[in-house]
Amino acid sequence: MTIRRVLLVLAVFAMALALGAGSALAQQKVIKIGALYPLTGNLAATGLDCKRGADLAVEIINGNFDLNLPFAKGEGIPNLGGAKIEIIYADTKGDPKNGLAEAERLITQEKVVALIGAYQSSVTKTGSQAAERLKVPFVCSDSSSPTLTERDFTYFFRVSPHDGTMARNQFEFLKDLGDKQGKQIKSVALIYENTEFGANVAKMQQQYAKEFGFNVVSDIAYPANASDVTSEVGKLISAKPDVVMHAAYITDAILFTKTFKEMNLVPQGFLTMAGYIESDYLPTVKADGNFMTVRSTFALDLAKKKPMVGQVADLYMKKYGIPMGENTARSFTAPFVLADAFNRAKSTDSQAVVKALLETNIPGDQIINPWKGVQFDPKSHQNIHASAMLVQIQDEAYHTVWPFEAASRELKWPFPAWKDRK
Amino acid sequence: MDQLAQQLVNGVLIGLVYSLLAIGLTLIWGVMNVLNFAHGEFLMIGMFLSYWLYVMAGVDPLFSIPINAVALFLLGMLVYRFIISKVMKGPALAQLVVTFGISIFLANFAALVWTPNFRSIEHTLLSGTWDISGLKLSIPKFVTSIGSVATSLGLFCFLKKTRIGKAILAVEMDREAAVIMGINTERINSLSFAIGSALVGVAGALLATHYYIYPFVGGSFGTICFCIVALGGFGSIEGAFVAGILVGVVQTLGGYIFDPAYKLAIVFIMYLITVWIRPQGLRGW
Repeated sequence: MTIRRVLLVLAVFAMALALGAGSALAQQKVIKIGALYPLTGNLAATGLDCKRGADLAVEIINGNFDLNLPFAKGEGIPNLGGAKIEIIYADTKGDPKNGLAEAERLITQEKVVALIGAYQSSVTKTGSQAAERLKVPFVCSDSSSPTLTERDFTYFFRVSPHDGTMARNQFEFLKDLGDKQGKQIKSVALIYENTEFGANVAKMQQQYAKEFGFNVVSDIAYPANASDVTSEVGKLISAKPDVVMHAAYITDAILFTKTFKEMNLVPQGFLTMAGYIESDYLPTVKADGNFMTVRSTFALDLAKKKPMVGQVADLYMKKYGIPMGENTARSFTAPFVLADAFNRAKSTDSQAVVKALLETNIPGDQIINPWKGVQFDPKSHQNIHASAMLVQIQDEAYHTVWPFEAASRELKWPFPAWKDRK
Repeated sequence: MDQLAQQLVNGVLIGLVYSLLAIGLTLIWGVMNVLNFAHGEFLMIGMFLSYWLYVMAGVDPLFSIPINAVALFLLGMLVYRFIISKVMKGPALAQLVVTFGISIFLANFAALVWTPNFRSIEHTLLSGTWDISGLKLSIPKFVTSIGSVATSLGLFCFLKKTRIGKAILAVEMDREAAVIMGINTERINSLSFAIGSALVGVAGALLATHYYIYPFVGGSFGTICFCIVALGGFGSIEGAFVAGILVGVVQTLGGYIFDPAYKLAIVFIMYLITVWIRPQGLRGW
């Protein structure tokens, strides 16, 4: 290396240091929250959705908006002198190992005072282990594996419903279908990707199927991100279930939908989740996604009953040019829950924040989700009000169809045969 | 029983896709002993090229096959000329790491410029399913498999019949002897890398007719392709072709008869048994 090169490298280092010092000075009245999301890899599009939701939430908290959300009016967090929130993102690449390492890095090096994320339950599991060990609050509003809140962690809180609750909701729906609409369902087939998320969904579905008296005719685990799923669909066809219940992330959701059509699998209905409600699902499969029934904690038509949802959705549309979806709505809620805790704690000290989180009581009209509010169970730290509704894809858009009282469209049941479409 | 026949057909269809991907990979390995980890990402570039040609110019993916082949041929040549040929002089580890680096770069670069969103081509010339007395045959998948057979045959004839093709085979068999015989091995390297890339470009156009397209799609095919190349025998075109079909069928039938959770395990067990009996792979030497 020549002297000139060495000097050049040194100069670049010096500039980087100067920049770092400059930003440290500017961050005096800033509260740093760390966010773990899969920003590259298979779930990069999902991670981007989540990031957008959290970004919009922070923009609303920091700025001045006329919305019925906590801290929308007036800038920053009032009890902390209008302090602003800044999110430091870390890329998990969708891998539990990185979830752990990045959580540690955010806490020890970036000095974040709380964590949000990480979408995939398997990654949230490891990330929250790091947070627990380093005594930093982790508020999760997007992972659904029940085991996460069964660990009785001190620093882990979950805003969104878990798969146990949502599996119960799905079977309540099937029962309702028989009781209220006379459409009797006897058998279900479970198909799920074999990581933390899918495997736990299936475990819960097995449990509730028994409780509600449905016959599970097939229980199929498959490796996620496969390049071909014809054998899985072949097994479903042979099992002849009334209802297919599928737990999948986005790549599998797209591939399965195409394969269902290609191999002509027509049960009475598909009860799906996660991948089927990502913002990329419908633009990719288009009309083939019609009549899928999806569990959800958000739908744009909630705006009919809660105008604030419409205002937030409009802001989102204006900022990103695409409609707000389920994942965005999930990650949107966590920053508000944390901001509310910081405000009541009048501090970002982790013990004070945990104490404030335990006393959280955000009313239902101040969140965009269709719940009665946010209040954590003192032991498990699960939001006791969280639940799921069901939406159905009709005319390439999601419409609330269950609970039947809250439906904005009538449920289309049974699932129309593929060949009769279009 | 019907399902069994159906699964066999499906296995052959996906197997032929694997074959087409694997022959490009095995050609590159055979000639210059470089394992191209960026093969899956070249596929992704091919798929995106077809996608953009469709969206911007209305070119059906079927007609973008030659465009893809030429574009990926050039890309392969450039990557060889400016990156691979440099590290060929370095240690073996550098050769291994460099294509890995290219793969990470390409996937993330694509995510940056095209966003990580999923895309698909909706109304291609090929869509729908034939129903042959209960047996479902997806038209785009069927045409893809025909394309795979045709391309593989084309490559095979090129290698056996033409002067350049014979030179490529000569380098593959014995590099030193080829040099002594006056073959410009540097040119053959560059050409093989470009041809291997062009093949994956063709596969990209064919897959774009029915598969989703996104920056990390290469990963779904990458690992299985290495297994196929190893199973077929490193460097053997026929081996890779046969092994691709074999893996497709074993994976699909195995998944159906046993449990889909183990379908990849079944493939790798088959691989282990094969290398145990024949360490050089099915057709390797």
